[in-house]
Amino acid sequence: MRSADLIRFARMAATGNPLRASLLVLAMAIGVAAVVVLTALGDGARRYVMNEFSSLGSNLVIVLPGRSQTGGFNPGNAITNTPRDLTIDDAQALQRASAVSRVAPLAVGTSEISAGGKLREVMIAGTVSQYTEVRHLAMAQGRFLAAGDWRRGAAEAVIGAKVRDEMFGSAPSLGQLVRIGDRRFRIVGVLAASGQGLSMNTDELVFVPVSLAQAMFNSNTLFRILVEANGRDSIEAAKVQVAEILKVRHDGEQDVTVITQDAVLATFDRLLGALTLGVAGIAAISLAVAGILVMNVMLVSVSQRTSEIGLLKALGATGGGIRLIFLTEASMLSLAGALVGYVLGQLAAALIRLLYPTFPAYPPDWAVLAGLATALVTGILFGVLPARRAAQLDPVQALSKR
Amino acid sequence: MSAAQIELAGIERVFHLGDSDVHALRDLNLSIGAGEYVAVMGPSGSGKSTLLNLLGLLDRPNTGVYRLEGRDVTTLSPDEQARVRSERIGFVFQSFHLVPRLSAAENIALPMVLAGLAPAQRALRVKQALKDYGLENRADHRPDELSGGQRQRVAIARATIMQPAMILADEPTGNLDRATGEEVIRLLEALNASGVTLIMVTHDSALGARAHRQLMMEDGAIQQDKRQHPDAIPCAVPT
Repeated sequence: MRSADLIRFARMAATGNPLRASLLVLAMAIGVAAVVVLTALGDGARRYVMNEFSSLGSNLVIVLPGRSQTGGFNPGNAITNTPRDLTIDDAQALQRASAVSRVAPLAVGTSEISAGGKLREVMIAGTVSQYTEVRHLAMAQGRFLAAGDWRRGAAEAVIGAKVRDEMFGSAPSLGQLVRIGDRRFRIVGVLAASGQGLSMNTDELVFVPVSLAQAMFNSNTLFRILVEANGRDSIEAAKVQVAEILKVRHDGEQDVTVITQDAVLATFDRLLGALTLGVAGIAAISLAVAGILVMNVMLVSVSQRTSEIGLLKALGATGGGIRLIFLTEASMLSLAGALVGYVLGQLAAALIRLLYPTFPAYPPDWAVLAGLATALVTGILFGVLPARRAAQLDPVQALSKR
Repeated sequence: MSAAQIELAGIERVFHLGDSDVHALRDLNLSIGAGEYVAVMGPSGSGKSTLLNLLGLLDRPNTGVYRLEGRDVTTLSPDEQARVRSERIGFVFQSFHLVPRLSAAENIALPMVLAGLAPAQRALRVKQALKDYGLENRADHRPDELSGGQRQRVAIARATIMQPAMILADEPTGNLDRATGEEVIRLLEALNASGVTLIMVTHDSALGARAHRQLMMEDGAIQQDKRQHPDAIPCAVPT
């Protein structure tokens, strides 16, 4: 039998019973659509978290005081072994490292900001001019803090978008004088609204020069030092150099923690990747169920078409030829189901993206390919048994069945 | 007559029904020459159909040798037997056995499709067959849109499309009224006249009497093997 004839014959056999064919296609389509949608959700969650992290800035190396690996507060440290503070001098020293392009110290505290009779509690971030570049922040109005000596800063402040809205409303804020704590600052810039950035939302921050922030909180410690490496390849080198410099400066004691964004990212990546694999596995079960349905439907088809099979044998079809006819039919139906399911799944993923625009629910390529391949393989695999049964039918008995 | 086309020697066919063995054919010896017109007759259960299935290689004997055109076909593999069926044997059934979803033309082409003939050649032969059997304006009709006689003509066209050496017909008129049955028999006899061996199983003694040779079967054996000269039958060959 020629392959074009085989496909034609199988197609006519499949469409000869529309209900049977559409049920089978539907079962397969649901399985494949489930794989596409569930992996789109899983991978979407992964991408969502990745995006959130990326908004911290790329090539970022973060230095925290204390040796705790996680960077969290360690009560043991606080009582017995207070770590040496990170200072502005430490931050300046890091600029000498060859793998480092920019350094931004960060001192954080809360204070009150008042302007035009309005009072608000805000988080104050003391930093320097490089901070916007390290964190990839955009300005809405004005400029960021002026470059210059880190130890002396002009009394100027940059406010987040939300602070601006709440303090000034629609009135102009640039050039206005505000009181923060017991000092007066002139507002020189407003940050563009970002709404992102994990723990600290920049929309609600007020940036002042780091030296003034330290004076305001009466301390000379830094909350973090943000270090930007020269490039993605030099992140490791920057991490080593930063640790080395600080160790020398802290009398040979390794009392800071240096974390890279990559390490955090990789952990989340692994976690959410495993999650996606898990849901893909669950979806694969529905494909297996669809495969069993293929087998059932094809078995019924074989018994319904017994006399036809007998006839084909009488007309000179070999057992192998009949097996091929039924396998072709099963795989054609599976393929049709897989394609329909693929389209349905993509539509559902598109609908999710439409409803939740921030959630990138794109099914990963591997999942789509694996879903389609699994559908085909199960269809063919579960088509083998019915096809074998058809091929082994005794032609005399098959023909006598009406 | 040189070597017979069909030679059966010591054929036995036993069916196991529960505890009892049923001898459908017992020690059957038969020789049929090329171009013969044979009617196989006998009561139900006499083994007529089993004999026809054996001749058509749809069934295998338990013992004995079946030589088709000098070649022992009982020892052939199933695939080789399928090839012999495809090339040498045409079947005509009582209930037509047309594929319901295929048109008349497609049903006729089916053996050629299975044999893998080129589409151009198939189209040519189907066209000729439709013309020969007066089905030209029924080519695209499906079996359920055809009358009984038309269906059987489609079936005969299908049986002959591979130009077989013999036609095996199992009660070809059983589901037809007298007039259409007569028409179908004429077609088969015309085929026989062109040199194709025709072996027909029938209950109808009038029909059997038209054959040049009658095999009367009973209890799986041939009771009577009667030959008559073609000229002795008044209505078989129109003069």
